[in-house]
Amino acid sequence: MSKSTLVSTTVNGDAVEFACPTDESLMTALRDRVGLTGVKEGCGTGDCGACSISLDGRLVCSCIVLGVEAEGRTIETVEGLSQNGDLHPLQQNFIDHAALQCGICTPGFLVAAKALLDRNPNPNESEIRYALAGNLCRCTGYDKIVRAVQATAKDMRKKGRS
Amino acid sequence: MAHDNSYVDKKFNVVGTRFNRPDGIDKVTGKARYGADASAPGQLVGKVLRSPHAHAQILKINTSKAEKLQGVKSVITFQDLPDLTGGDQGMADILENCMARGRALYDGHAVAAVAAVDEQTAAKALKLIDVKYKKLPHVTDVDEAMLPTAPVIHDRIFTRGVEPKPTKPSNISSRTEMGNGDVDAGFAQADVIIEHSFKTEQTHQGYIEPHACLASVNPDGTSELWVTTQGHFVFRNVCAGLLGLDIAKLKVTSSEIGGGFGGKTHVWVEPIALALSRKANRPVKMVMSRDEVFRATGPTSSTSIDVKLGAKKNGQITAAVAELRYQGGAFPGNWAMLACMTAFACYDIKNNKSIGWDVLVNRPKVAAYRAPSAPMAAFAVESAMDMLAKELRMKAIDVRLKNVAREGTLAPYGPTYGPIGIEDTLKAVKAHPHMRAKLKPNQGRGVACGFWFNIGGQTSTDLNIGVDGTVNLAVGTVDVGGSRSSLAMIAAEELGIDYEDVKANIADTTSLGHNDMTEGSRGTFSSGMATIYAAREAIEVLKQRAAITWGIPVEDVAWEAGHAVATGKGHGNLPKLSLREIAAKSGRTGGPIAGHNEVTADGAGMGFASHICDVEVDPETGRSTIVRYTVVQDAGKAINPDYVEGQFQGGATQGIGWALNEEYIYGADGRLQNPGFLDYRIPVCSDLPFIDTKILEIPNPSHPYGVRGVGETSIVPPLAAVANAIANAAGVRMGHAPMSPPRVLAALDAMENAG
Ligand code: FES
Ligand code: FES
Repeated sequence: MSKSTLVSTTVNGDAVEFACPTDESLMTALRDRVGLTGVKEGCGTGDCGACSISLDGRLVCSCIVLGVEAEGRTIETVEGLSQNGDLHPLQQNFIDHAALQCGICTPGFLVAAKALLDRNPNPNESEIRYALAGNLCRCTGYDKIVRAVQATAKDMRKKGRS
Repeated sequence: MAHDNSYVDKKFNVVGTRFNRPDGIDKVTGKARYGADASAPGQLVGKVLRSPHAHAQILKINTSKAEKLQGVKSVITFQDLPDLTGGDQGMADILENCMARGRALYDGHAVAAVAAVDEQTAAKALKLIDVKYKKLPHVTDVDEAMLPTAPVIHDRIFTRGVEPKPTKPSNISSRTEMGNGDVDAGFAQADVIIEHSFKTEQTHQGYIEPHACLASVNPDGTSELWVTTQGHFVFRNVCAGLLGLDIAKLKVTSSEIGGGFGGKTHVWVEPIALALSRKANRPVKMVMSRDEVFRATGPTSSTSIDVKLGAKKNGQITAAVAELRYQGGAFPGNWAMLACMTAFACYDIKNNKSIGWDVLVNRPKVAAYRAPSAPMAAFAVESAMDMLAKELRMKAIDVRLKNVAREGTLAPYGPTYGPIGIEDTLKAVKAHPHMRAKLKPNQGRGVACGFWFNIGGQTSTDLNIGVDGTVNLAVGTVDVGGSRSSLAMIAAEELGIDYEDVKANIADTTSLGHNDMTEGSRGTFSSGMATIYAAREAIEVLKQRAAITWGIPVEDVAWEAGHAVATGKGHGNLPKLSLREIAAKSGRTGGPIAGHNEVTADGAGMGFASHICDVEVDPETGRSTIVRYTVVQDAGKAINPDYVEGQFQGGATQGIGWALNEEYIYGADGRLQNPGFLDYRIPVCSDLPFIDTKILEIPNPSHPYGVRGVGETSIVPPLAAVANAIANAAGVRMGHAPMSPPRVLAALDAMENAG
């Protein structure tokens, strides 16, 4: 067994410590050591976006970040999206718009879409498509995913105004 | 109990409406557990050593160093998987594909495997296994593999379907011929003849979830397998057969499945995981890397196809011939045969002939990919249809309508069609506003048709009513695209209760009778049929219980809108009993209330579609962009329209990826050069417009609700729809898919040079 390093992070608002070998990806550490299997592995090479997380507010593929690089940093995963027992509007709209079939890509899309809406609450279709271009979905043809994000942006803007 | 499967026209309450899926919340919160998301106490990590050669003899495998590494708990080679197949060549092929037996047949073929305490140790152990190879000549191209000079992959293979029987082995495993009429006479009547050759490259299903499983075998043979699969019952039977386990003692649970499209109908690492676990007496988890998924699971065939069409001036096709060469990887398949069955299925052509050649090459064993074999044949035939239309100076859609198959048409593969939807899809296309929308410079529009069967098969379903009147529906067909919600809707419809009161689950192999794979668009079709019958049996029980409660003969009880109603003379004033009321009393009226059904569903309906594609071709780069796309398909009856649309859109997108980018690229060394999502490029969100859909409903006469399979046909037309659009946009006829920028640019240059 290779030697492990202790890593202290904040994950979905909680202080979390884990020990992992220095060559282990953050994706594997989150899945196997922290138990957050909502972080999905589709490729392990940064090409599919299934492992998308937010690291200090930045959208990253956790499979090409090392676990030890997370030291002292703040991580958000799909598991942290719903708050106080309520689904995040993105989660609800993904269900309502049938934006998932198999659902393996869904956690990554939700995290990526949230990152988009956080910085641009009113994206047009092409901004949505480019913001999600790093996430592969093989089931849906993206149609209903884009619609779910459009609907969420609209809902959240309405709510923001009221 | 015998059940009538004929279609009955009726008004639905639940079916055909839009409901959220029961697994939605788990999937948007990260709670859903897929193949790689399970773990067991003391579990090991399994990894596979794979051949770096396209074709090589394995002279020696030395595993002793790996075995001695601290943390390694088991190492296996083919010797740990003795051949128990007893002359069943199909099973022997599966076994050999799971682990090479003396010869590596393709780049990525498994050679040995280890299980160790963690990933790092397992990876280290693989490096310590010493394999001595002797490279052998290889062939990866389908046409080259058919040459008499090609290296022969299996000397046991003599072409089937040719007379006299060949005396020498070859890579051609079989020749198939089918069709109707006399094609020579048909061509003699033709005013115009079109002949063209086509090639399509190998593509992969590209499901985002890699194969993954968790296996545990006890010394007494009781075992468990958690696995991402399209058919856990079939996996159970195959794995039990390969490992010599008792079927009843191997419990297989299907995880949530992160996409399959046919690729998860075959076992790859599962028998290896079981063998590693058996040797170590510890649970073993295996997750394939993306590289392994590309190199060593089952992509679809690459092909080479010739088409010849003859027609009268009025557009009537007098004869059609296709010769279809499909490679199935390093083991024999029947992919060309399927191609023969589908090639001309959209048309009523009196004289037609399809000749199929199934060919072996040094590539991974081909598996089904959504409407397997049909997209390539449609690429060739539907491209040729447009070429014919051009020659005849007719509209492409009118040539199709002139020759379209109808009820009563003799299908090229034998049966006479019942009511089918191809003509309606073409008419809907013709009337669609998309067809009249203005095109910009460098843009072109293409239309193409497609056909796929749908299969029935063995299905077993249980329906159990709880004391509070809510219902558990246990089905055995894996939910690959939202079928749990469709099946719950069907149960609610039959019982006359709310959708929310039914919970559909996928049962493990110890809890239900055998179910075939979810393939051939059968999930909702056949489990739907079994659900209808199981619900009807439960209704019989509910009626009996009401009769007991009332003390009247059961003949005097009817079931209406979720209630038992007394109908006979003198019972008029008995208040009706709801399902909930009957369920609450079930303990006192005879015990739990349930319905079961085991069926081999027949009468699956044919699925037809027509697509419209607008493409813009950049003359500088040869890059083609899809600017608008419309799918029109007959669903028979759309149980849950949201998910039917989703199937149409997803299939069309896969077809577009195949048309424009996706391909396996093999080097001269026979090794796959692009086994990753960076170089094997599937469509991304920014590549596409919204995919418009139109669902037609021409009921399938052999299903109580008129359902046809909807999952597959949508991948069939896009290759040709895109090719026809490119031809209309840029004036070049692309005969080689994918029509990637370099290929289109080369065609544009050739056209320019030809002046
Ligand atoms: S798993 Fe990280 S990008 Fe694919
Ligand atoms: S829903 Fe299956 S990959 Fe996106």
